[in-house]
Amino acid sequence: MEEEMHTDAKIRAETGAGSSPRGPGCSLRHFACEQNLLSRPDGSASFLQGDTSVLAGVYGPAEVKVSKEIFNKATLEVILRPKIGLPGVAEKSRERLIRNTCEAVVLGTLHPRTSITVVLQVVSDAGSLLACCLNAACMALVDAGVPMRALFCGVTCALDSDGTLVLDPTSKQEKEARAVLTFAVDNVERKLLMSSTKGLFSDAELQQCLAATQAASQHVFRFYRESLQRRYSKS
Amino acid sequence: MAEAASVAAECLAGCRARGARSVLGQVVLPGEELLLPEQEDAEGPGGAGERPLSLNAGARSRVRVICGPGLRRCGDRLLVTKCGRLRHKEPGGGGGGVYWVDSQQKRYVPVKGDHVIGIVTAKSGDIFKVDVGGSEPASLSYLSFEGATKRNRPNVQVGDLIYGQFVVANKDMEPEMVCIDSCGRANGMGVIGQDGLLFKVTLGLIRKLLAPDCEIIQEVGKLYPLEIVFGMNGRIWVKAKTIQQTLILANILEACEHMTSDQRKQIFSRLAES
Repeated sequence: MEEEMHTDAKIRAETGAGSSPRGPGCSLRHFACEQNLLSRPDGSASFLQGDTSVLAGVYGPAEVKVSKEIFNKATLEVILRPKIGLPGVAEKSRERLIRNTCEAVVLGTLHPRTSITVVLQVVSDAGSLLACCLNAACMALVDAGVPMRALFCGVTCALDSDGTLVLDPTSKQEKEARAVLTFAVDNVERKLLMSSTKGLFSDAELQQCLAATQAASQHVFRFYRESLQRRYSKS
Repeated sequence: MAEAASVAAECLAGCRARGARSVLGQVVLPGEELLLPEQEDAEGPGGAGERPLSLNAGARSRVRVICGPGLRRCGDRLLVTKCGRLRHKEPGGGGGGVYWVDSQQKRYVPVKGDHVIGIVTAKSGDIFKVDVGGSEPASLSYLSFEGATKRNRPNVQVGDLIYGQFVVANKDMEPEMVCIDSCGRANGMGVIGQDGLLFKVTLGLIRKLLAPDCEIIQEVGKLYPLEIVFGMNGRIWVKAKTIQQTLILANILEACEHMTSDQRKQIFSRLAES
């Protein structure tokens, strides 16, 4: 297993930014988050995991076309734009996964016949892209003040050929792994909201990955809390 | 599987509900559950002290607590739905008071009784459609102005600014606003006059500026003579004698959010000299 380089946590001076100190047992890459950086959307966030960076903007609750409106809850739309090229089928499937996760968590019944749009732009992709998109979407929804019943985070695991588990893999590790699993968990009871897997793995390995994800999600949620406390301490 | 067991124990420990009183003034995150004060006493460890014997032993006395923005009732606890600082206001009469979450937001959601600034976007028959920044345009009847009758129609054109309040604003219906209070008087509401500048700020800043003891408005008033209208939907209309003064005032109010009071006083003193 490759040793991750642990960098020191740096505090960014911009509004609402924060970076995480890494715990001894956790091999997540260095992550950082910045909120309220775009002026047009109602909420925006930029999430950085190692070298993977995603920018998210949330518009809502806003007007919705009559053809798309749902009479008793908000219509949630997710748009994911890759760094280069036109969005393709892979982006569409990721959009659907992120939308299903958000719909489980956002209280849409408080805003019927409105639309909540999450726009994600991939700034750089160096592995664990879906997890980074989920984290950016969650931070942007919180920044926009959309009512939610819980926070959620995404964690990616990679299993290589001799069964070693690597959390938050880089793109090189993802290519060489025999299975890559991405999970989304919520912060209330660490329940599983979404899982997306690719490759070959056994039942026991799946349980092992889930346990590792739930442990790693604590670090992510602690980082969310610190980041949000820093943002509100300035007011 | 010792790791799984320890992880499970940590998870359960993490989601134990905290008492609302102990978290006042702190940042709360969506998903947290808060216990109301009288439940805390019942469930707290060793609730010692004298308690009057109640005739029906099982029933707990219920204190009526109002759940404000950012909180929802979840069983007999409060569930936090927005991120922000938890606040509490003591009740005037009986009851448990109000709990709410102070969050920073840009998008406005219509609330009954709020005074807002809207822009007239369409005129269809007897109703004006007014854009208030929410998910739907609000409707304003032409009879909801002071002294308006079927013969004496108010002079409102598309593109005018209107200051009014909501009489109907809930999630299921289209919001309706009026420019008249319950006694039939305008009370400052109606069409906002010519010139001036309309700009948008966050909702938190508006609440801060409209707080009873806000020094910003008093200081701004000493600087230049001005007319100012605050809409709870994040819109401010300001008018001073010259365009330059109007723009300066608009910039100051927009920047107020991020400045500390010392920086603000510096800027005001610099402007007062020039």
